Amino acid sequence: MTAYIIRRLILAVIVLVLVSMFVFLAMRLLPGDPVLMFVSSSSVQEITDEQLESLRHEFGLDKVLPMQYLDWISGVLHGDLGRSILNHSPVTQEILRRLPITIHLGALAFIIAVIIGIPAGVLCAVRRGSWLDNFITTLSNIGITIPVFWLGIILIYVFALYFEWLPVMGYTSPFEDFWLSTKKIIMPVFCLALGPLAGNARQARSSMLEVIHKDYIRTAWSKGLRERTIIIKHALKNGLMPVVTLSGIGIGAILGGSVLIEQVFNIPGMGRLAVTSVMNQDYPYVQAIALIMAISIVFANLLVDISYGWLDPRVHYE
Amino acid sequence: MSIEANLEPTTAVNSQRVSELRRFFRTFVNRGVVVFGLVIIIIFIIAAIFAPWLAPYNPDKIDMNNARLQPSGSHWLGTDSLGRDTLSRVIYGARVSLMIGLVVVLFSSIVGMSLGLIAGYFGGWVHAIIMRLMDMLMAFPVLVLALLVAAILGGGLVNVIWALAFAMVPIYARLMCGQAISVKENDYVLAGRSMGASHIRIMLRHLAPNCFPPLIVMMTMMLGTTILAEAGLSFLGIGVQPPIPTWGNMVNDGRDYLLSNPLLSFAPGLAIMLVVYAFNMIGDGLRDALDPQLRGVI
Repeated sequence: MTAYIIRRLILAVIVLVLVSMFVFLAMRLLPGDPVLMFVSSSSVQEITDEQLESLRHEFGLDKVLPMQYLDWISGVLHGDLGRSILNHSPVTQEILRRLPITIHLGALAFIIAVIIGIPAGVLCAVRRGSWLDNFITTLSNIGITIPVFWLGIILIYVFALYFEWLPVMGYTSPFEDFWLSTKKIIMPVFCLALGPLAGNARQARSSMLEVIHKDYIRTAWSKGLRERTIIIKHALKNGLMPVVTLSGIGIGAILGGSVLIEQVFNIPGMGRLAVTSVMNQDYPYVQAIALIMAISIVFANLLVDISYGWLDPRVHYE
Repeated sequence: MSIEANLEPTTAVNSQRVSELRRFFRTFVNRGVVVFGLVIIIIFIIAAIFAPWLAPYNPDKIDMNNARLQPSGSHWLGTDSLGRDTLSRVIYGARVSLMIGLVVVLFSSIVGMSLGLIAGYFGGWVHAIIMRLMDMLMAFPVLVLALLVAAILGGGLVNVIWALAFAMVPIYARLMCGQAISVKENDYVLAGRSMGASHIRIMLRHLAPNCFPPLIVMMTMMLGTTILAEAGLSFLGIGVQPPIPTWGNMVNDGRDYLLSNPLLSFAPGLAIMLVVYAFNMIGDGLRDALDPQLRGVI
C-alpha cells in the first residue's frame, strides 16, 4: 500500500509540475509584451526605452525562459501569484477573499450530489424497471444535459421574480446573516449540484446493477438474508467503487460550473473573477485561477486514487 | 452471440452480415428515447441546413419599431431588444451549434485518438510522456481550459473551435490509449508483426478498427458536451461574438427581459437542452447496440 501511495504521489507531483509549466507558458504566449501591458494600463503616459528596460529587469523578463519560470514558481510556492495588470493589487489577496465563497457553494453542492445522487441510483438499481427507476433515470439524463446557466435563469424567473420566494442574486456570508445567506445560495447550489448529482445517480445505478447479478449476491439471497442486509453489506461495497472515481470528476464539474453559476447569480467568487479577468484581459488572475483549480483537481484525483487502493486491495497489488 | 446467429449456415456470410446489421438496428431503435433523440437531431439538422427557407425573418435584421414584441402570430417567440425575430435566431443558432459541435469533435477526436493510439501501442516512455501531458490537460475543467485558450487567442467563432478542440483532446486520448493497450494483446497483432507489417500499418489496419466501438459512442456523446460547452462560453460572452446568433449568447441577451418576455431566454436554452439530450440518448443507444458490455465503460 505504501509503495502504491508513493507511486501515486510521484505521478501527482509530475502532473502538478506540468500544470504549472503549462499555465506559465500560456501567459507567455499571449500577444503583447507584459511590460507594455503593465505600463499602458498605469497612469504613466510617456516612457523611455531605458525605463522600459529597467522595468523589464525589475520583473525579471530579461532572463531566459526557464529562469523566468523558476522565479515565477518560487513566487507561487511562497504564495505570491503576481499583481493585477489593471489595478496592480496583489492577486493572492483578491483570490483569498473570493476562494471561501466558491468553496462554500462548491462543498455544499458536492455533499448534496453525494447524499442524494448515490442513494437515488442505488434505489433505481434495486427497483429496476419500476416507475421510480424510470422517473429517476429520466431526471438524471436531463440533469447531465441541461445547460446549468439556463436552469439558473429559469429558477430566477420562477422563484425570485414570479413567486418572489428567494432573493434574485448575490451572496451574503453565512457568518453575517445565516438565514439570508442560505436563501441566497439555494438556487446556485442546486444548479452546481445537479450535474454531479445526476452523474452519481447514473453511475451508482449502472454499477449496482452489475454487482446485483454476481454469484455472491445470489449466495447471500439463498442464505435467507434480508434485502437491506444484502444491499447495504454486500452489494454497496463493490457497487460503489466506480462512484468514488466519479466524485473526482465531480469536483472538476463543480469548479467548472462555478464559472457559469457565479456569473448567473452575481456571486463574487473565483469563477466570476475568472470571467471578468478574461474580459478585462487581466491575465495574472486568469493564470492564478486556472492554476488553483487544476491543483484542486489533481489533489482530488490523488485522494480518489488512494482511497480506491484502500477500498479495493486488488488495485494496489497490481 | 445469440442462438439465432449460431443456427445460421456459416457459409452464408452475406446473409449473416445482413442479419447482424438488422440486429444492430433493432437494438439501436429498441428504446423510445433513442428514436426520440434521432428525431430531434434530424429536425435540428434540417433546421440548420434549410435555415434561410425555414426562418420567417432575417435573423440579423434590426428593426427598432418592432423591438421587444410579445409572442404573436407574426413573431411566434417575440422579438429581442433590437427587434430581431427570436424564432429565426433560434433556427439560425442551430447552424452555429451543430457546426461547432461537428468540427470540434472531428478535430479533437482525430488528434486525441492518434495520440492515444501511439501511446497505447508503443507503451514505455512514449506512453508516459503523452499520457502525463494528457493528465495535465485533464486537470483543468473543460470550461476553464477553454477560457484560458480563449484568453490567449481572443473570442470569436474560429478561436472557440480551437479552444474547445484543444480542451477535448485528452478525453479521446485516454479512452483510445486504454483500448489500444488491451487490443494489442491479440494474436492478430503479433501475426501482423511477424509478417513484417510496419508499426503504422498495424496501428491503422489492425488496432484502430478494433478500438473503435467505444470511441464512436464517445464521439456521439461529445457532440452534445461540446455544444453545451460552446453555449457556456458564448453565454459568458467569451465565445462566438454577436451579431452571430448562438443559443448561448441568446440566453444571456434574454436575461434582462425575463419579466417582459421570458421566451427570449427560455427558447434558445430549450434548444440546447434538446440537442444535448438527443445526442446523449443516441450515444446510449449506440452503446447498447454495438456491445452491451460497454455499459459502464463510458
